[in-house]
Amino acid sequence: MTGAHTPASAAATITGNRGLRIEEPLIFEQGDPAKSGVDLPRPDDRPDRLGGLARQGPIGLPGLSEPEVVRHYTRLSQKNYAIDSGFYPLGSCTMKHNPRLNERMARLPGFADLHPFQPVSTVQGALAVMEALSAWLLGLTGMEAVALSPAAGAHGELCGMQAIRAALDARGDEHRRVVLVPDSAHGTNPATAAQCGFKVRGIPGDDRGRVDLAAFKAALDDSVAAVMITNPNTCGLFETDILALSRAAHEAGAFVYMDGANYNAIVGRVRIADLGADAMHINVHKTFSTPHGGGGPGAGPTVLSAALAPFAPLPHVVRDGEGWRLIEHVEGDMRPFGRMKGFHGQFGVFVRGLAYIMSMGKDGLRAASGDAVLNANYLLARLGASLTPSFEGPCMHEALFDDRFLKGTGVSTLDFAKALIDEGFHPMTMYFPLVVHGAMLMEPTETESKASLDVFCDTVLALAEKARAGETALFTEAPRHTPRRRLDETRAARHPVLRWEPPAPAPVHAPAPAPRRVAAQS
Amino acid sequence: MSTLYFTEDHEWVAVEDGIATVGITDYAQKQLGDIVFVEVPEAGRALAKGDEAAVVESVKAASEVYAPVGGTVTEGNGALADAPAAVNTDPLGDGWFFRLTLADPSELDDLMDQDAYNAHVAGLE
Amino acid sequence: MRYLPLTDSDRRAMLAGIGAASVDDLFGDVPAQALDAARFDDLPNHETEMAVERRLSALAARNVAAGSVPCFLGAGAYRHHVPAAVDHLIQRGEFLTAYTPYQPEVSQGTLQYLYEFQTQVALITGMEVANASMYDAATGVAEAAAMACRITRRKHVLLSGGLHPHYGAVTETFLRYTDITVERLAPDPMGIEDRVGRVTGNTACVIVQNPDVFGRLADLTALAQECHAAGALLVVAVAEPVSLGLITPPGAMGADIVVAEGHAIGSPLTFGGPGVGLFATRQKFVRHMPGRLSGETVDEDGRRGWVLTLSTREQHIRREKATSNICTNSGLIALAWTIHMSLLGEAGFTRLARLNHQKAVALVERLERVPGLTVVTPAFFNEVLVRLPGHDAAGVVDRLAERGILAGVPLSRFWPTWPELADGLLICATETNTDDDVAALVAALTEVLR
Repeated sequence: MTGAHTPASAAATITGNRGLRIEEPLIFEQGDPAKSGVDLPRPDDRPDRLGGLARQGPIGLPGLSEPEVVRHYTRLSQKNYAIDSGFYPLGSCTMKHNPRLNERMARLPGFADLHPFQPVSTVQGALAVMEALSAWLLGLTGMEAVALSPAAGAHGELCGMQAIRAALDARGDEHRRVVLVPDSAHGTNPATAAQCGFKVRGIPGDDRGRVDLAAFKAALDDSVAAVMITNPNTCGLFETDILALSRAAHEAGAFVYMDGANYNAIVGRVRIADLGADAMHINVHKTFSTPHGGGGPGAGPTVLSAALAPFAPLPHVVRDGEGWRLIEHVEGDMRPFGRMKGFHGQFGVFVRGLAYIMSMGKDGLRAASGDAVLNANYLLARLGASLTPSFEGPCMHEALFDDRFLKGTGVSTLDFAKALIDEGFHPMTMYFPLVVHGAMLMEPTETESKASLDVFCDTVLALAEKARAGETALFTEAPRHTPRRRLDETRAARHPVLRWEPPAPAPVHAPAPAPRRVAAQS
Repeated sequence: MSTLYFTEDHEWVAVEDGIATVGITDYAQKQLGDIVFVEVPEAGRALAKGDEAAVVESVKAASEVYAPVGGTVTEGNGALADAPAAVNTDPLGDGWFFRLTLADPSELDDLMDQDAYNAHVAGLE
Repeated sequence: MRYLPLTDSDRRAMLAGIGAASVDDLFGDVPAQALDAARFDDLPNHETEMAVERRLSALAARNVAAGSVPCFLGAGAYRHHVPAAVDHLIQRGEFLTAYTPYQPEVSQGTLQYLYEFQTQVALITGMEVANASMYDAATGVAEAAAMACRITRRKHVLLSGGLHPHYGAVTETFLRYTDITVERLAPDPMGIEDRVGRVTGNTACVIVQNPDVFGRLADLTALAQECHAAGALLVVAVAEPVSLGLITPPGAMGADIVVAEGHAIGSPLTFGGPGVGLFATRQKFVRHMPGRLSGETVDEDGRRGWVLTLSTREQHIRREKATSNICTNSGLIALAWTIHMSLLGEAGFTRLARLNHQKAVALVERLERVPGLTVVTPAFFNEVLVRLPGHDAAGVVDRLAERGILAGVPLSRFWPTWPELADGLLICATETNTDDDVAALVAALTEVLR
C-alpha cells in the first residue's frame, strides 16, 4: 500500500456502476411530471368550496411509474448496512435482531386500520394490547405506573423529569432546581434536564468507571431535585454503589431518574424498583426488538414510582368491568402534568414490542440479558489482550476500549472504524462516552452467534496488528469498498445544501441576452 | 500598536485606543478543527465580562465564546458568516470575532500576556 | 428460544475463555438482594410464534377495523389508500433494520431518501428547507414554538383555538417548565377568532392550523403580515397533508415555520401512532431548526453523496444547550411518506387532493339535505363541522356505531366540559369513501335525527 491517494473505488466502468452497486440519481432527476405510479379515479367536477384558496401553479414534484419507483428505492436500500445484513456492534444502541412476527402482528387490519378517535367500544382489543404491555413493563420493573405515550428514549426522559418537576412543585419544593448528571451520561440527559427548567451539575466518575460516591454525596443538598443515572452506565459497567446512591438521594429529598438506555443488560433479572429508581424510560426499539428504521420510530414508555404515579401524563388506559376505558381528560384526583404526544402514543410499536415480549416470556428475557452480557464479556476477553480495555471486567452488555493501543501508529479510532467497514462490519460506537480517550464502545447483543463474534474478533485483532505494523494507509484511506468513500462533512456544514433545486435554465448562447428573452424562455 | 491579552479559554484580546478586538487563538482553532459556522454579537449589545458573546462551531464541536472583558459591542465580524474558514487560516487576523468598548480597563489585568499564555498552552500539551 | 443463537456448548466455551464459571457470575456487580429471580414468578414464560400470533390475532379481532365499515373519521388522522409497493419497500431489511445514518459510507440509502423527503416537504409546504422529520405534528408544533422563541428571543406563544387540541396540549406540556408563556385561545367554531391586541412586543409566534380543527380553510396572508409587523413569526400547522395538493401552501401565505402530520401519506392509521412530523422553514432560520438534516456533499473521489449535517445543534454535542432534547426522528414513516409521494408524483398528488375535496363536496351536498343537521364550515378541504341541534353528538356517534357506521368525531371528545360544543360533529370524506358509504351515513343520520 502506497501513501499516495488511490481512488480505488473509481475503477472505470462506463456507467460508474460496480456490479451490484448501482449509481442512482435523485427521484427529482427522473421521470416526467405527467406520469404517476398510482391510478386514481377521475374526480367529479362540482364547483369547489375552497373559499378562493386553490393552489396556483405546479408544485414541482416529479412523476414516475410504479416499476421506476420500486427500482429506485430498492437500489437505495442496497446502499445501506443493516442488522439484517451483518454484525452491528454499535454501543449503547442495542442493535439486536428485529423479529418479523412483530411486523406481521402490527399489520393485522384490526391493529393497523384503527382510527384513534373511533368509539371506545370499537377498539377494545387495542386498549387490551396497551394494558397487556403495561402489565409486562410493570412486572419486569416492579414500578407503580407506566406512561406509554412518549415517542422515544429522549421523550421518555422528558416524561420522567417532568413528572419529577410536577411532584416537587406539588409538595412545594420549588427551591430544588439542580439535577446531578454523571460526566459519562448521554447528552440527552442534560438537554432534558434543561428543558424542564433545571440546572445541570456534573458528577465525576472514579477510576473504576463508576460514579464517585463520595463526590455524589457531597453534591447532594436541598437544592437537588434529582439525579439522572444510567445503569448499567455508558462505560458498560454496573453501578456497584447504586443502592447507596439511591438511598442517599432519597434521604436528601431528591428523586432518582434511571436512564433505560442500557436496560437490555438486566431485563428479566433485576427490577429497577429494587435499585431505588423513581422513573425510567424503556426503549422498546432497543430492549424489545422493534426496528430502528434508519432513525425511528421508537417508543419510550416511562415507568414511575408510587411518588410520581399521580403525575403520569394523559392518556391512561384503565380496566372497566369486562372491558377497558381510555382516559383522555382529567378525572377525579389525578394530576397529570400534561400530554406528551398526539393521539395515544406509538401504538404500532406497542404491538411489535408486545409480540416480542410474549415470544420471549420471563425465561427468554432472562436468557437474553444473560447472553447479551456473555457476548460482551467474550469480546472483552478475546480483544482485551491486544486492544486496551478502559476498565476492568466483567462488563455488562457492552465492552469499552480506548485508543491507547493505537498510540504512535498514526491510526485514529475513526480510521480503525472505517477499516472495519471495509471488512464488512458496522463499526462500534466511537468517541463516546467522553470520559475515555478515543472511545470504542462495542455492544454485540444476544442475537449474535459465537461464530459471528469469532469472525469479528479475528478481524479486529488482525487489524490491530496491521496498525502496529505501520500499514497506516489501510486505515486512513478506508473505506474503499463502499458505495461512497469518506464524505466531506466540512463542506456540507459550511454551505448547507439541504434540498434538490431544479437546474438553472440552460445558458443562452446569444451574447448578453436581454432579461426579457430569458424570462420568455423559462 | 496594540497590546495582546489572552484568557484561559483560548480567546485573545487586542486593545488599541480603548477598543478591544476579540478572537480565538491558533491553539483553539486547531482543537476545534474546520470551523463551519460563527455567530457574532450585533453592534450595540452590552456585555458583562463572562457573558456569552459568540458561538463557534466545527463539524464535531460547538462552543461559546465568552466576553473576556465587559463593554459595548461596536462591531461583529460579519464576514465570518460567509467565510468561517478565516478562523482556521488567520485566527489572529481576518478571523476576529467582535470589537467592543472597554467598560472597565482594569479587567484586562486579570488576563494573561503572550508569555503566560504560551506557558498555559504548553501545560496542556 | 428462536431469537437466541448461542447453544449451551457455545456458552460453556465462551465462559471458559472469559474465566467465569457461569453467566450468573458475570452479574457479580449487581447487589445480590436485587437478583432474586422469584420476583418474576408471576410473569408468563415464552411462547411459540404460532401461539403469539393466535393470541394477538384474537385481540385484533376485538377491534372494528376502520376499513371494514363506512368510516368518516378525521380530526387529525385521515384514512387514505396506501399503494402496496410502499409497505413492501419499507420492509426491506436494509431500510427497516438500519440505525440512524451516522456512518455515511454505509448509509447512503437512508441519507438520500431523507434528502428526497426534505425536498418533497419543502415543495408541498411552499417553504425553502425542511428537516428529516419529527415524531409527529403535535411534538413538531411544540418544537416550532420553542424555535420561534430562540429566533425572536421572545417568550410568549399564542395558540389559535382552531389548533388541534392535542397539538395545543403537547405544546403547553413541552414548554410548561420553561420561561415561555403559552396562551391558548378558546375554541370558537362559529365565529372569527379575535386576536386583536394579543400579538404583543413579547410575542414570539402565533400558531394556527389550516384547515383548522373544525375543517375551516383561511387565507393567512393578513395574519402573516400582522405577525411580521409586530416582529413575531407565523407558524402554520397542517393536519391533513393531502390538502397541500389543492390549496395554497402556507409558505405562499407568509408562514415562517410549517409543521404537518405526514402519516396520512404512506402509513396506515395504526390507532394514531407512530406518525411523522413534517417540519419546514425559511433558509435563514435553518440553524435554529431542531431535528436531523441530510445535506449534500462529495466523497474523497469527488462523487456526490449525503451526510447528516449541522449536527452541532444536537444533544450529543450541545448537551444542555441543544436546540431540543429529541434525538430520534421518524425515519421509517418518513420513508413510507417519501415512497408514497414518489408514486403519486405531481399528477397523482394533485389528483388525490382534488378527489378528496370532490368527495367532501358531494358528501356535504347530501348532508345539507338531512333534516335537523347544519353544515357550518363554509370553506373546507375534506372535513366539515356539522351541528345536530338538540342532540348529543357523541350519543349519535354511538348509535351509528351500533349500526356499523363510524360517523365522525364528536367535539365532546376534545372538549367534554363545553356544553355549547356538545352538538358538534366533525365529518370527513376521503378517496376511500364510496357512494354507498355516503348513502349509508346519510340514511342512518336521517333516521337517528328524526
